Parts: sequence; C-alpha cells; structure tokens
Amino acid sequence: MTAYFSSLNPTALWNAAPGGLAQGLIWGIMALGVYLTFRVLNFADLTCDGSLALGGAVAVMGILKGYNPEVVLLLSFCAGVLAGLVTGFLHTTLGIPEILAGILTQISLYSINLNIMGKANQAVPVGQVTVHFTSNIRYLAQTIALTLVVDVFIIIVYYYFLGTELGSAIRATGINPNMSRANGINTNKMKVLALMFSNGLIALSGGILSEYQGFADVKMGQGAIVIGLAAVIIGEVLCRAIVGDRQNFAVRLAFTVIGAIVYYFVYVFVLWLKFPADDMKLLTAIVVAVFLAAPYLQEQRTSSFAGLKKRNARLAKAEANGQNQTPEET
Amino acid sequence: MLEIIDICKTFNPGTINEKVALENVSLTLKDGDFCTVIGGNGAGKSTVMNAVAGVWPVDSGRILVDGRDVSGLTEYQRAPYFGRVFQDPMTGTAADMWIEENLALASRRGKRRTLRWGVQKKEREEYRQLLRTLDLGLEDRMTTKVGLLSGGQRQALTLLMATLRKPKVLLLDEHTAALDPKTAEKVLETTDRIVGESGLTTLMVTHNMRDAIRHGNRLIMMNEGKIILDVSGEEKKNLTVRDLLQKFEETGGEVNDRMVLS
Repeated sequence: MTAYFSSLNPTALWNAAPGGLAQGLIWGIMALGVYLTFRVLNFADLTCDGSLALGGAVAVMGILKGYNPEVVLLLSFCAGVLAGLVTGFLHTTLGIPEILAGILTQISLYSINLNIMGKANQAVPVGQVTVHFTSNIRYLAQTIALTLVVDVFIIIVYYYFLGTELGSAIRATGINPNMSRANGINTNKMKVLALMFSNGLIALSGGILSEYQGFADVKMGQGAIVIGLAAVIIGEVLCRAIVGDRQNFAVRLAFTVIGAIVYYFVYVFVLWLKFPADDMKLLTAIVVAVFLAAPYLQEQRTSSFAGLKKRNARLAKAEANGQNQTPEET
Repeated sequence: MLEIIDICKTFNPGTINEKVALENVSLTLKDGDFCTVIGGNGAGKSTVMNAVAGVWPVDSGRILVDGRDVSGLTEYQRAPYFGRVFQDPMTGTAADMWIEENLALASRRGKRRTLRWGVQKKEREEYRQLLRTLDLGLEDRMTTKVGLLSGGQRQALTLLMATLRKPKVLLLDEHTAALDPKTAEKVLETTDRIVGESGLTTLMVTHNMRDAIRHGNRLIMMNEGKIILDVSGEEKKNLTVRDLLQKFEETGGEVNDRMVLS
C-alpha cells in the first residue's frame, strides 16, 4: 500500500493536466454535436462513433495527400455532414427507427473508414507537415488556445443558429413534432438538418483529435457516444449546481464543453492512479451513471415514498407516546 | 370555403382491428360558417378533423379549400390553410419554449424559415397587444416557458397561435374537453370573440351538446363515420339538448354519461 502511494508522482499529474485540458476541449466539440441531437432534437443518434472516426480518417488521408492541415478539417466536417445526411435519410425517408438508423450508418462507416485509410490506422507524417493542433509538449499551449478559439466560435455560431427562424423550427421539432407540423414546419427536413450539423461537428472533432494524437484509427470512435453523453450530462449537473435553473442557452453550451474537460480530468487522474487503460470504458460508464443518478437521488431526498413512510411512522410513534402519557397525567 | 367531398377512411384494413372511421362524408362550409360537430365516442368527429388537417391521407375523396384541392398535401404543406387547437393542452404548444417564441413560430406558418433572428423586436410589441386581449396577464410573461402555464392558459395561447395568421379554416378538436368548467367557459368565450372578430370559418368538435347548440350557426351530428344530422339557422337556434338526445337515440347511437350530464 505504502509502496503504491509513494509510487504516485504528483508532478506527473501536474504535467498531465494540460493534455487532459486539450483533449477535453477537442472532445467538447463532439459533445456539442451530441447535445444538438440528444438534447435539442431529442434524437438518440448513434452515428457518432462512426462519424468521429470518419473525421479522423479524412483528416489524416487529406494530410497524406498533401492538403493543408487546416483545410482537411473542413473536409472532415463535410464528411460528417454527409454521414448525418445518410442517417437522416434512413430515418425519415425509409422510416427506420432512429437508434437503428444511427447504428446502420455507424457500422457501415467502419468499412468506409477502412476503405478511406486502406488499413486500420494511418499516422500523420509529423516530420513533413506542421500541424497546429499538436500534442507536442512544446506547442501544447498553442493547441489549447487554438482549440478554445474553435470551441468558442462553434458556441457562438450554434447559439445564433438556434435563435434564428430555422433554428427555432429545429428546437420546436425536438420538443413537439405534432405542433411543429401544425405550424407548417417540415419536421423531417429539420431532423435531417440537425443530424447533418451535429455529425459535421463530431467529424470535425475527430479530425482535430487525429491531428492531436498524430494518427487516425478505425476504432478511435468506439464508445465516443458515451463520452459525448457523459460530457452533456456532467455539464448539465454542474451548470445547475453553479448557475441555477434559469440558464442562458450559450451558458449551457459552454458547460457541455466544460463537462468534456471535467471528464478528461477524471480520466487523466484515474490513469495517474495507475488504473489499467483497458478498464477505461468501465470507468466511463461509472462516471456517466454517477452523474445521471445524482439529480435523481437529490430529488428522492426531498420527495420519495420511502421518506414519507419514515416521516409518517415517526409521527405515529410520537402520537402513540402522547396518548400513553395523557392517562398518567389525569 | 371548405368543401369535403365524399371522403372515406378505414384504419387497419384487412386486419381484425379493421375500423371504418369515415364513410363517404361530405360537408361544405361557407365562408364565415361556424359549425359544431357532436357525436359519441368513435363516431368519427376527430377523424374528420385529422383528415382535413392531413395527419394521414384519406383513402378516397377530396378536400378543397377555396376551390383548391389540398387532399394530396402533407400535414405541414397544408398548415398555411388551417389553424388548429387540440384536445390535449400539451399538443398545441412547445412546452420548453417561451410564449413569444411559440407565437413567433406560429406567425411563420406557411412562410419560409430563414436565418433571420427568430423573434423580431417589432413583432414582440404586436404579441404583447394580442396577449393583452386574452386578459390572462400573459403579456407580462412573454419569456416564460409555456410548460409553466395552466391548461386553460395554454389553450388560450394555442387559439391565439392558430389565428395569428388568419387561417382559411379554424379547426377546434374538443379544445375545452380537458379543462374545468369555468376555464372551459372562458376559453369558449375567447373562441367566440376571435372567430367573430375575423369572421373565421370554423369547425368545432365538442362532446358538450349545450356548447354545440349555443355556439356557431350550424350543427352536425355524426355516428359511425357518417353525418346523421345537419341543422343550421333558425332550426339550430331552437334546438334543445333533449331534441339532440332523441335524435341520437333514433339512429341507434349510444348515449354516454358525458353527453347526458352536459
């Protein structure tokens, strides 16, 4: 035990923190994409895992083809938009339930990503090109600043877009599709639009991530949706705790990114505790479960059947005691 | 003018759950007609509403609005012609959006939705004036989420949304059925006022025979997917609940408690 604790190196944790921040900011972009489908559109989109890897594959192959590392991110975004379009088409035109539509696209993207890369993974030729989103410790501050700028930019565009007539129609579609159609909104079109924008962001995140880690892997998106949900939910719980119930939409978006950062800090911390990397998916599930349960348990504390039963039992007991005492007095 | 010509609809055809919901229903509403629709459960009242609104396509027949055939248009495509209020107060509004956002959504019914800001400053003032006419104090709660309003407030708001851009036909599908009697009365008053002010052509389904008699200038009764009674003018004014119940029993309809109690 003592040996274990003395083997933990606080300096190593300190050194790992900036990397966690950078990763959190990158995954935050993906979390913003997940937020759009999961929270705004009320659509559980499982395309996510596939489109993240798609973004990575397109970015790395673009760089290998000699395109500018910034331009390829635009290609990543566009590829994600197409993936969203496919899921939208499967769901709206072919009537496939949302979860299945997402899974079908996700699974087909696995093959497509293999085809794009030609093999299971491809590395960025670090010596030959200058990548701005790099994990190189010397330029990490630059990466963090740059990713932060991208995050803020996306939040601004996102906030503005959902405030427009078109964005309002998308929100209404997520909240009440019947009412939306009665008011002349083409709900299918809105769903497809939101899926496209969402998967575009997720693929962009995948593109930046592959530049950051220096390679793209066909499995890099595995479990991404859970990390996205973790970020959204951690963000919401923190937002409610810190800002309160009536939150500006931009603040909620910002907290989604913060959720991703918190998630990665936990990740870095647990790695530092020398947990085996293989157990990380288990850890992710536990973190998500804890944050999902927190608001529920909190409500249970103030209003639950078990609590009422206990309070009533206490009252009944007090009453019974009171009655026992009265005869003695008289 | 709304013309319903010979529409039929069968649900689940060819299965044991087959149900003939509408059988050759025809109905013509002149401009400014306010027609109430009564009938027992499963008579086809709401089905007519949904057929007109385009929730699903009818099996046969045509629906014309001002002479234009809309029966081939989807629900959202024909939304510009119709204003709708539903039985469930939750259905007509987006609960998680503000009052002004809901109104702004409704005011763009039939318009292209662009990348301009969703609620313009000058429309906000217009909405405030409109909300004031409801006399519910909603004009001071423009940025309250609609989900926080009571059922009656939501129905009144939905009514406002349905008529914000003057519809060719206003479709009211038992819009007071989920409200307490006093609130229902108030919402009906508002309905009468709005319909009267703009001379809207209106189709109102109700379970309440007294309301059906008191409101509007025409009354139809449905049973088993057919129109079995169609009265208007003086004849309608002189109707009593007793007359309607008698008529209803003659055709073999089952009288349910809600109709008798009203």
